[in-house]
Amino acid sequence: MEAVNSFARRIPVNAVYVAGVMPFVWIVWLAFTNGLGVDPVKAIELRLGELGLQFLIAGLVISPLRWAGVNLIRFRRAIGLLAFFYVSMHLMTWVLLDMGLRWEEMADDLVKRWYIIIGMVGFAAMIPLAVTSNNRSIRRLGAAAWGRLHQLTYVAAVAGAVHYVVLVKAWPVEPMIYLGVVCLLLLARVWRNRQRSMAQSA
Amino acid sequence: MNAPKLGWSDVTPKSVFLNRRAVIAGAGAMAIAGSVGQAQAQVAASTSRFSTDEAPNTLEEITSYNNFYEFGTGKEDPARNAAALTVDPWSIVIDGLVDRPGTYDLADVMKDQPLEERIYRFRCVEAWSMVVPWIGFELAGLLNRVGVQPSAKYVAFETLVRPEEMPGQRAPILEWPYREGLRLDEAMNPLTILATGLYGEEMPKQNGAPIRLVVPWKYGFKSIKSIVKISVVADQPQTTWNMLQPSEYGFYSNVNPTVDHPRWSQASERRIGAGLFAGRQDTLMFNGYEEQVAALYAGMDLAANY
Repeated sequence: MEAVNSFARRIPVNAVYVAGVMPFVWIVWLAFTNGLGVDPVKAIELRLGELGLQFLIAGLVISPLRWAGVNLIRFRRAIGLLAFFYVSMHLMTWVLLDMGLRWEEMADDLVKRWYIIIGMVGFAAMIPLAVTSNNRSIRRLGAAAWGRLHQLTYVAAVAGAVHYVVLVKAWPVEPMIYLGVVCLLLLARVWRNRQRSMAQSA
Repeated sequence: MNAPKLGWSDVTPKSVFLNRRAVIAGAGAMAIAGSVGQAQAQVAASTSRFSTDEAPNTLEEITSYNNFYEFGTGKEDPARNAAALTVDPWSIVIDGLVDRPGTYDLADVMKDQPLEERIYRFRCVEAWSMVVPWIGFELAGLLNRVGVQPSAKYVAFETLVRPEEMPGQRAPILEWPYREGLRLDEAMNPLTILATGLYGEEMPKQNGAPIRLVVPWKYGFKSIKSIVKISVVADQPQTTWNMLQPSEYGFYSNVNPTVDHPRWSQASERRIGAGLFAGRQDTLMFNGYEEQVAALYAGMDLAANY
C-alpha cells in the first residue's frame, strides 16, 4: 500500500488530464482515418459514452480504495472533470452527428424517450459538479455542503448506467456489467455507513 | 438557347449501368480470385423494375455491419464468427398446408426460379438504413410450386439452430430458433423475395447464407436469415422479437415514420456510409414501397397493428 501511495504522490495531477484526453484524441484520429468501421457516428457516440461511464466509475472507486489504505484522492477532481468532458462530448455527438441538428425530433425525444430523459438527468446532475470543481467553491460552500452537493455523482453514475441498459435491444452483457459495478460501488458505501453508525452507537 | 449537355448516363437507365459496372467488377474479381484459387461463384441474375436507383452500399458496409444474433449481438460479430457455418449441404423443410410438403435440397428449392437482382432499401428497426443489391427470387414462385392450400393464411419461417457453429446460440439471448412470419398476401407480394446472393455473388455467411428472406417494406428483423423451415399455416405464427417484447415489436413491423418504437422515434434514419456529417434523412412510409404494398393494409389501424 505504502509503495502505491508513494508512487501516486510522484505523479503530477496534470499527467492525469493529459492521459485522460488521450482516448478522445485517438477517437478523433480514427474518425478521420476511417478507423471506426462502417458506422463511425454510432462508434463515436458509444465510445464517448462508455468513457464517460468509465471515468464516473473511476471516480467512485477512489473512496473504497481509501478505506483500503490506497490514497488517490488527489486525482479525483481530474477524473470527475474528465467524466464530464466525455459525457458532454457524447451529448454533442448525439446532437450534431447522430441527430444532425433535427431540433424538433430531439425535443420530442427529450419528453418521450426514457433513455434520453435518464441520460439527460445524468448530464444535468454533472453540471453543478463541474462548476464547483475548484477550491474557491469548496471554501464558499463549506466542505460539508460541498460534499453533500457532490453526492450528485451517484445520480449521474446510476443514470448513465441505466441509460445504457435501456437503450439497447434485448439484454446484452456489457451494459449490465456497467450497471452492476455502479450498484456494487454504491452498496459498498451503504455498507460502510452502516458499519460506522453501528460503531458509533456501540 | 443552350442545350443541356448529354452524357451516356442520360440514355442508360442507372440500374442498367450500375449492373454493367457490377458485371465488369465481377469479371475482374473473378480473374483475381481465380488466380489465387478461391473463385467465388458468380450468380447470373436479370435486373428488376422493383430496384431503386439509389446508390447501393459497398460490399464492405453490407458485410461488416450486421444484426445476426446467432453469431453475437455486436454489429461486427457476424463477420467475425460466421466463417464456421456450413452452408453446403443445406435443405429446407416445407410443411403445413401445402400440396407437396417435404425436405427440399437448396438446389431443388431454387430450381426453375428466375433469379433477379433487386436493389432494395433496407431499414433496420434501430433507425439506420442501407441500400442492398440482393439477388433472389420471388417467394410466391416457391409457394406456388409447393401448392398452397385454400385454408392457409400465414407463412412461418425458422432459422438454423446449430450452436456448435453459431456461438451466439450458446446463450439464451433470444429464444432459438429465430422465428419470423408473414401474412400469406404479404408472402405472395412480388416485392417479397428469398435472397441467395448479393453484389453478384453467393450470399455471404454473415448476411444469412445460403438463403434468407427479404421484405423491403418491413423492419430488417422480419427478413429472417439462414432459413431451414417454411411452414404454411392457418394461424398467425409466433415471431422471435414479438415473443421477447410484444409492446415493442409487432407481428407486422411495417416501416412507418408515424408510429414510434416505444423507446425511440422512427421518423428519420441514418444512412450507413453517408459520412460523419451527413445527419439523417426522413424515413418513408412502408420504406418507400407504399405504391406496391399500401393496399395490403387498407382499412387497418397501423398504430394498433404495428
